[in-house]
Amino acid sequence: MAMVEPRSTKYRVLASHLGMLCFIALILFPLLMVISISFRSGNFATGSLLPEVPSLEHWSLALGIPYTDDAGNVVQPPFPVLLWLWNSIKIAVISSLLILALSTTAAYAFARMRFAGKGFVLKSMLIFQMFPPVLSLVALYALFNEIGKHISWLGLNTHGAVIVASLGGMALHIWTIKGYFDSIDRSLEEAAIVDGATTWQAFRYILLPLSVPILMVVFILAFIMTIMEYPMASILLVDTDKLTLAVGAQQYLYEQNYLWGDFAAAAVLSGLPITAVFLYCQRWIVGGLTAGGVKG
Amino acid sequence: MTRAILKWGVLAVLVGMALYLIVALYAQREFVFAMLFLVLTASAVAVFVSKRLYAHRYIYPAVAGMGLFVIFPLMYTVGIGFTNYSASNLLSFERVQDNLLSRTYQSESARYNYDLYQTDAGYVVFLKSDAGDLISAPFELKDGQVPPIEVSPTATAPAGEPLAFRDIIKQRNALGELRLQTPDGRELSMASLRAFATIKPLYEKSGHDTLTNTRTGVTYFPNQDTGFYESADGDKLVPGWTVNAGFDNYKRVITDPSISGPFMQIFVWTLLFSVGTVVFTLVLGLLLANLLQWDQIRGKGFYRTMLILPYAVPAFISILVFKGLFNQNFGEINLVLENLFGIRPDWFSDPAMARSMILIVNTWLGYPYMMLLCMGLLQSIPRDLYEASAMDGAGPINNLMNITFPLILKPLAPLLIASFAFNFNNFVLIALLTGGAPDIIGASTPAGTTDLLVSYTYRIAFQDSGQNFGLAAAIATVIFLVVGALSLINLKLSKIKV
Repeated sequence: MAMVEPRSTKYRVLASHLGMLCFIALILFPLLMVISISFRSGNFATGSLLPEVPSLEHWSLALGIPYTDDAGNVVQPPFPVLLWLWNSIKIAVISSLLILALSTTAAYAFARMRFAGKGFVLKSMLIFQMFPPVLSLVALYALFNEIGKHISWLGLNTHGAVIVASLGGMALHIWTIKGYFDSIDRSLEEAAIVDGATTWQAFRYILLPLSVPILMVVFILAFIMTIMEYPMASILLVDTDKLTLAVGAQQYLYEQNYLWGDFAAAAVLSGLPITAVFLYCQRWIVGGLTAGGVKG
Repeated sequence: MTRAILKWGVLAVLVGMALYLIVALYAQREFVFAMLFLVLTASAVAVFVSKRLYAHRYIYPAVAGMGLFVIFPLMYTVGIGFTNYSASNLLSFERVQDNLLSRTYQSESARYNYDLYQTDAGYVVFLKSDAGDLISAPFELKDGQVPPIEVSPTATAPAGEPLAFRDIIKQRNALGELRLQTPDGRELSMASLRAFATIKPLYEKSGHDTLTNTRTGVTYFPNQDTGFYESADGDKLVPGWTVNAGFDNYKRVITDPSISGPFMQIFVWTLLFSVGTVVFTLVLGLLLANLLQWDQIRGKGFYRTMLILPYAVPAFISILVFKGLFNQNFGEINLVLENLFGIRPDWFSDPAMARSMILIVNTWLGYPYMMLLCMGLLQSIPRDLYEASAMDGAGPINNLMNITFPLILKPLAPLLIASFAFNFNNFVLIALLTGGAPDIIGASTPAGTTDLLVSYTYRIAFQDSGQNFGLAAAIATVIFLVVGALSLINLKLSKIKV
């Protein structure tokens, strides 16, 4: 290495390692704590950080299996966690697929075609994307209330409403895909069109196969965003068995009914798959988050 | 050929469905929504029929989705801000009038004591009065009796014994819903367990849109400024209807001390919170990114994965985890603090502690994003700049202030503004962690010391018993302006070309 190094470098490296390890310990404390709590018996913590007598009661309740304690009392699972996880995944998969399909076609038009109002639409999409949907919840509630009177599967308290409502947030994804399309040379498609292909065929058989990586990124991003969506789902969904995980999870920690241990198990159970997906895909996601949206 | 038929067929079916929806909405006097769907359908037809608008076919679904779920709700909200729309003023004028006109009361003048008989054909009511007894046709007693049962004059009581009083008590719910129709057109309902009495409408139209209370004779006039029926001495009839309130909601935010006080306090805290979050996450993220870029550090992959873990865990889970860990009595954080330092801070009831807790949690949640951004930007700085500075004997601080910071500030600025705007509206954090608590004393609407403007509007609209949507929408409009200004600045700074 050509870098000129001061003498103190060795100590600085050591200090950096130490500092980072301490910091990581501090950062991971809450996460490790939750895992420990999920194995501790009872819902009210007292005494130690590590469970002295590990118990599987919270895990069995989180998996929906009634638990029999030492005294022989049967404890029923407080909430249908697995059903909530399934609701979340169902909603997230369907809306991510819809978002992917619609934003890809839109991005294609923005990247390859000339039409009136293109720059204006693109820019206003970027601006309107910053307005938080929480503020227009009254209007969204009224909108779905009206639609629901005539189309029952799109009304309040339906998953259809949550899926359709997520279609409002496509601007970010359109920008990401458009940025990728811009980086692909258009001569291939032009050659195909010269040979008699329609615009749709050039898009479907030439550009799409080349863009699979970015489509994966957008799918994962959209999936994670919909799974984490809270405000809209909290207003639109009412029944316990229709809730998504993001809305349902908070019911464990009400003042009157504080189920700390049960929550810990449910949180680890439902958070783990999402965290694993994120970590597995982190390189693509980071690329999509930092580059696509802003680069244009 | 079949393709064309299929295309037009599908289009026709969709348009038919849309038209049905529009007509139905129009029939229910929901003009705004009917108009919305009319515009959407018309533009869809135009785009998919016209050859000239071929490119617009590709973008139509995305733009329509955005219009329906972002832009329309936004405009609708701004509109509500200029009305008195709230729990007491939800309905339209016509619906309020219908509601008031359908109210009834029982006249004391015509009372009938009654007996209930059980016969083979069903129950029979026998009404006794000095003017002549009445008897009903046999009927079934069940909940939700809709058509009135006719009664006719009779001279003799039915055969058999009337039901005992305790059996009548058992049937009192079904009897309460029973309506009897007399030959002279009056309707009777149960007035007490022992008597039926005539029902009369409580209000009657006594002129153009004015209502008169038939019992007291007081006349109520519709007041289109307040949205209530009011008598001459200011007595209001609830429910009221929605009227245009002009800038009243905005005036209340400025002049009413029980609203303007909390509003200013929350506004200042929102700014402090957003700036604080951006600064803390940026400092931490930049520091860690610098360390991770350093050639001398081994094991970068491990550090990187560990450091972005807070970003990988879904926020709604980690926020709730912190809510439990910070709990005053059984929280593990107070357990550790007490063992180490002998203190038990009131994280949720002391305003200063609650605010520090929120900043701690949000820094935990947000620094990995800043770290990832900084790592990307640091890679683009030419290495020879650092070599040159090392030759001149510059230390890490000098490098940071004179090389790194000036070079990454420009590309970072729009991202920092976006982060500011995001945290300005960080509803999920507040809703799940503190719910705004502890409350501000002396506020007339629900308002907490840790509330951000967004969660404040949410609570005014959905948690307050008054559900003051109009006031909430007015505050939302103020936030829209702030966010709009921020995103315009952002657009200029990031120099986006289209």
